[in-house]
Amino acid sequence: MTGAKMIVEALKKEGVEVIFGYPGGAVIDIYDELYKTPEIKHVLVRHEQGAAHAADGYARSTGKVGVALVTSGPGATNTVTGIATAYMDSIPIVVLTGQVPTKLIGNDAFQEVDITGITRPITKHNFLVKKIEDLPKILKAAFYIAKTGRPGPVLVDLPKDIQQAKGEFNYPEEIKLRSYNPVYEPHIKQIEKAYTLLEQAERPVLMLGGGVIASNASEEAVKLAEKLNLPVVMTLMGLGAFPGEHYQALGMLGMHGTYYANMAVANCDVLLAVGARFDDRVTGKVDAFAPGAKIIHIDIDPTSIQKNVKVDVPIVADCKRALTRLLEVTKLVGRPKKYWKERFKDWWEQIDIWKKRYPLSYKEDPNYIKPQFVIEKLYELTKGEAIVATEVGQNQMWTALFYKFKYPRTLITSGGLGTMGFGFPASIGAQMGNPEKLVIDIAGDGSIQMNIQELATAMEQKLPIKIIILNNGYLGMVRQWQELFYGKRYSAVKFNVLPDFVKLAEAYGAVGIRITRPEEVEPTLKKILSMNTLVILDVHIAPEEGVFPMVPAGKATTEMILV
Amino acid sequence: MSEKRHTLSVLVENTPGALARIAGLFSGRGFNIDSLCVAETLDPTLSHLTLVTHGDDQIIEQIIKQLRRLVDVYKVVNVTEEGEYVEREMALIKVRAEKENREEIFRICEIFRCKIVDVSPRSYVVEVTGDKNKLEAVIELLKPMGIKEIVRTGTIAMKREKKST
Repeated sequence: MTGAKMIVEALKKEGVEVIFGYPGGAVIDIYDELYKTPEIKHVLVRHEQGAAHAADGYARSTGKVGVALVTSGPGATNTVTGIATAYMDSIPIVVLTGQVPTKLIGNDAFQEVDITGITRPITKHNFLVKKIEDLPKILKAAFYIAKTGRPGPVLVDLPKDIQQAKGEFNYPEEIKLRSYNPVYEPHIKQIEKAYTLLEQAERPVLMLGGGVIASNASEEAVKLAEKLNLPVVMTLMGLGAFPGEHYQALGMLGMHGTYYANMAVANCDVLLAVGARFDDRVTGKVDAFAPGAKIIHIDIDPTSIQKNVKVDVPIVADCKRALTRLLEVTKLVGRPKKYWKERFKDWWEQIDIWKKRYPLSYKEDPNYIKPQFVIEKLYELTKGEAIVATEVGQNQMWTALFYKFKYPRTLITSGGLGTMGFGFPASIGAQMGNPEKLVIDIAGDGSIQMNIQELATAMEQKLPIKIIILNNGYLGMVRQWQELFYGKRYSAVKFNVLPDFVKLAEAYGAVGIRITRPEEVEPTLKKILSMNTLVILDVHIAPEEGVFPMVPAGKATTEMILV
Repeated sequence: MSEKRHTLSVLVENTPGALARIAGLFSGRGFNIDSLCVAETLDPTLSHLTLVTHGDDQIIEQIIKQLRRLVDVYKVVNVTEEGEYVEREMALIKVRAEKENREEIFRICEIFRCKIVDVSPRSYVVEVTGDKNKLEAVIELLKPMGIKEIVRTGTIAMKREKKST
């Protein structure tokens, strides 16, 4: 069997149904095999960055490993931003890159680049295949490493002569790597310590991060929160891990978190953080983050623990298993729900005061469409049942605050890297993985232009994605910083030329609609949501609207600028 | 928190890229490498790496965790924290050996149990093995004669066995 055939067979063995890619000289052999393999759907993107983001969006929305296939040299380097995006958010993708023949490696051959060297710091692991005998085992290891432990992107570089070489295809059923043994089970002593802290707590908070979604632990998180009557805050990556409209949900914390989420964290005495890594956008000034709290930190990656904040009870484990054990201990001790209700009554009274004092809000204006209103209406009309991808910037934060994500894997957003141009290709991946679901990309007029070429991909696949551009003619988040912290010196944030997004949609064969008046929002949203085609809705919003609350960079999270 | 010198003993898969991954981890995350020694082990599929670094407790904890997180890293031991251990480094020192100071060089070599491994009309190459302090001492003493070149290996280390039976 040839190497190229082995690659396609391995994809089949791994249950891969769809891959995202772009051909080139160094992967023609693999494409020749794909031609004969109708079981694997290939989505031809228009730029390799789109392939990596689409594989990522597919993985985030389905929980399966996403796969991208690109050629050597520029094909490979174009995936770099996509790989880094997946790495920062711990998303399992496998990127297959073509490479020049082994004897030409290092020769500066045509379309040669050291892609394993370039991607070493942004992959969980990567491989350069040098012998055909190693190929099956490496492919197996790539998928295994990508999806186990703390998930992440794995790149496999495939020289052309390896694809053409013949060998025996022994695909291992299972693989064990002596140097890679992720820990899943928590130490039971640590779980008991965590429970004891919760028993002693007066003002506890449960903080959920992306790890809860990655380990499919939402159910356990909800059970624990409801049983112990815990207030729940979420990081951006954790949104959807706990139903946004649940009465115990305080929404997102951090730089653009809600007033009550940040106040609860700042004043809590026990913080149970699950699958979060205390990124600077979450903690603000570290010394002032949850200053009076004992912190329990559950994470599968030991490096996340004690990295940014001091932790009192570290628990290295899979979030789902750790929460399951914690629920078992809770059950064993056997305090009734009523006990916990009573126990934290005063704490909830305080939280309710905060909620009433500064609820999430914005000023209405009869002359302008407010972006928050668009998101609120969208939530109402979709009943929270859509998969919502975002780009990066104000559009992302308004979505995070005003769309009350009900389920895990319904918010598809670049949290760690903050990649503009991510949302649209990611929504292509999400729609490919969830053909029956409504997929929406909330974009800004800046971000959407960063991977706009993928309109052709989406049209070719007949994907009825709804792109809603919150168009303020600005790079809005940077403009907001300039307004607040740089004396309104709006340097390089105004787009003097923007494409006509309606005509642009039409040029690709999609539907384009523009709205400029608040009263047009609801009927137009209703209309596009019922259409079974790709729609770009160009919403002209109040140009200088800001995202609030906001904690200035480096300040304590209690020092919020409110509306 | 005070900074301390730590010697780490690391076993890694003997695969291309493993060393680059470790070096990249240190530069990418702003950790220090004071010295680094790499060689095969008895098992040719594993390489042994002795790495000397410094930092406060929190940084050293992060370094060890980050190393363990690498898929190619089999084992990490913080030798400095594991009780008694032996540390060795070797240096080759090319020193000017004029008539008037040859005696002195011989004497220093005898005291520190160094070897003279190359002799030319105007210079000697001295081989010295020992811990960092010993090497520094020999270099200090040879300096006045005129050192022309020094090559050092970096530290290797090994845990001592327990003495009690």
